[in-house]
Amino acid sequence: MASKLTRANRAGWLMAFPGVALMTLFIIVPFFLAFAYSLTNQRLASPNAAEYVGFKNYSDLLGVAVFTLEPERDDSGAVIRDEDGEIEYPRLRGFTRNNPDYPNLAGKREWFSWQSGENRTVVLASDVVFMKALVNTFTFVLFVAPIQAGLALCLALLINQKLRGINIFRTIYFMPVVVSIVVVSLLWQFIYSPGEGLLNNVLGWLTFGAFEGIDWLGRTDTALPSIMAMSIWQGVGFHMVIWLAGLQNISPTLYEAGEIEGAGKWQTFRYITWPGLRNTAVLILIVITMQAFALFAQIDVMTQGGPLDSTQVLVFQAVERGYGKQDISGGSTISAILFVIVLTISLIQRYLTRER
Amino acid sequence: MAAVKADNHGMRLASRYAVLILVAIIFVFPLLFMVMSSLKPSAQLLLDTKSLRAFLPVGDLSFQNYTDAFARAPIGVFVFNSVLVTGITVLLCLFVCSLAAFAFVFIDWGGKAVIFSVLLATLIIPYETIFIPLLLMVSQLPWIGADGFELGWLNTYRVQIAPFIADALSIFLFVQFFKDLPKELIEASRVEGASWWSIYRRVVMPLSGPVIATAAILKFLFMYNQYLWPLMVVQEEAIRPVMVGLGYFTDQLNVPWGEVMAYLTIITVPVLGFYLSLQRVFISSVASTGVKG
Repeated sequence: MASKLTRANRAGWLMAFPGVALMTLFIIVPFFLAFAYSLTNQRLASPNAAEYVGFKNYSDLLGVAVFTLEPERDDSGAVIRDEDGEIEYPRLRGFTRNNPDYPNLAGKREWFSWQSGENRTVVLASDVVFMKALVNTFTFVLFVAPIQAGLALCLALLINQKLRGINIFRTIYFMPVVVSIVVVSLLWQFIYSPGEGLLNNVLGWLTFGAFEGIDWLGRTDTALPSIMAMSIWQGVGFHMVIWLAGLQNISPTLYEAGEIEGAGKWQTFRYITWPGLRNTAVLILIVITMQAFALFAQIDVMTQGGPLDSTQVLVFQAVERGYGKQDISGGSTISAILFVIVLTISLIQRYLTRER
Repeated sequence: MAAVKADNHGMRLASRYAVLILVAIIFVFPLLFMVMSSLKPSAQLLLDTKSLRAFLPVGDLSFQNYTDAFARAPIGVFVFNSVLVTGITVLLCLFVCSLAAFAFVFIDWGGKAVIFSVLLATLIIPYETIFIPLLLMVSQLPWIGADGFELGWLNTYRVQIAPFIADALSIFLFVQFFKDLPKELIEASRVEGASWWSIYRRVVMPLSGPVIATAAILKFLFMYNQYLWPLMVVQEEAIRPVMVGLGYFTDQLNVPWGEVMAYLTIITVPVLGFYLSLQRVFISSVASTGVKG
């Protein structure tokens, strides 16, 4: 008996080994290396051995300080104003560069500021570009995840009708999913382009020429929303299919019961369909969130993070540093931060949507 | 009365189809535009965007863009590389992941519960978060090949293949499928003295057509459409895949849009054709990623 068990043991190990070894080497080890490198000054190709630097990479990225600037005053204590009547402030540089009185501001730059009375409150960051990338990534996820999930559900309900030829429509709606996001990005770059762009022309027709063309990807306020819309267009079919599978898992007897009770369309959705989709909803939200945080190709093809860093995102930053500048430790630190964010958010989503 | 009712029904039906068609247009127009534009000279292509002509095969049509695109970049090489890398990865993935899943489902061995849950936990790790450390790792990995011992995997086929052979989702799909197979089948073969390997090969795999199709299609889509990883690890033209090859057209001062559309059509239409001919399998593959949990 014992020999049989050992034989099973050996067979099991042998058969699992290739998969386990490959996943360990190429997924689990690099995952831990990301955290390890983030504590060093590792570079891609360097004659010097990497050194341990503690949490310096993290503070270089995440360092934030708030500072209140008081207006310049003349000898009598009155606020000095320039010719336009704007209040004059001391220059920020005087505090952030070689000023021993403000060690917490050293090396930081202005991220954004606001006016409060006569004073100006400035938020400074060690790495303003990274902060913008962080904010943009969150903005992207906060818009794309719910909108894409919602639209995908609408499409799934549309496709779930019993109509002749409905499969043709299902096939069409899913089509962008099999097209590479790189190809999609290039096509949409053309659609969004300022001069001959299709979108501008279509909007022109619809408004009888009243609409003046917009350089969709060239303006700081439209670039990121344009990329969001395109990403949703490409990905929505994928989640439509998952919703559809969930819809078709709901027992028809429930609908029959609803019909007998005289439930209206909305009531049917609210009390039969939606509760039946609960697990699907959790899964879809988590999957979309993860995919949205990994946003890269669209940015790389369409905007390279511009204009004025308005489309900088985390993965693009990680690649720009880790690969572009060969700064493995910097890129790894961003990767590690990204992973912690993804993990935290999916745990929160799981907690909020848990079975009660 | 009956006529009014029938009329109403007809209206309702028509409006339903109208919505379906409108949505379909939204999903089709960029792809239609791509194919039509690839047949037009760049100057006409830009002019046509002002009207519906953008989506119609009208004007000066030719395959000139295709000829020019082939002259500008070694497209044949790129396509060959993508097909090779994708094909080998899919085949190895099917073998390695089904084998591992077989061991997890049918065989009792020490430590399998722990190992399985660790592998499953990697589902939460996006590839994008490990690419940077992986880049440094593969640049230092050893290899024993035709030229003897060498260090570094950059600019090779293997660096595009090996990291993607085994993944949690593929193993998980096989595990789910194997769990639903009748246990008696496997036990009967064991009693007859069949080895695990022959049960895997002769009993389980012949029954696994649907899950093999699912895993193959998901892996195929992932591999063929890869962009970031080959961008970082492949600088040599001879082993570059199609998505990275796009740079030949877009890194120009005056982007030759006609040729770009031709190239996009070349690398996209075969995949679309493959999808359209197997659309049921494609869609049920994606749907099956949703039934976990």
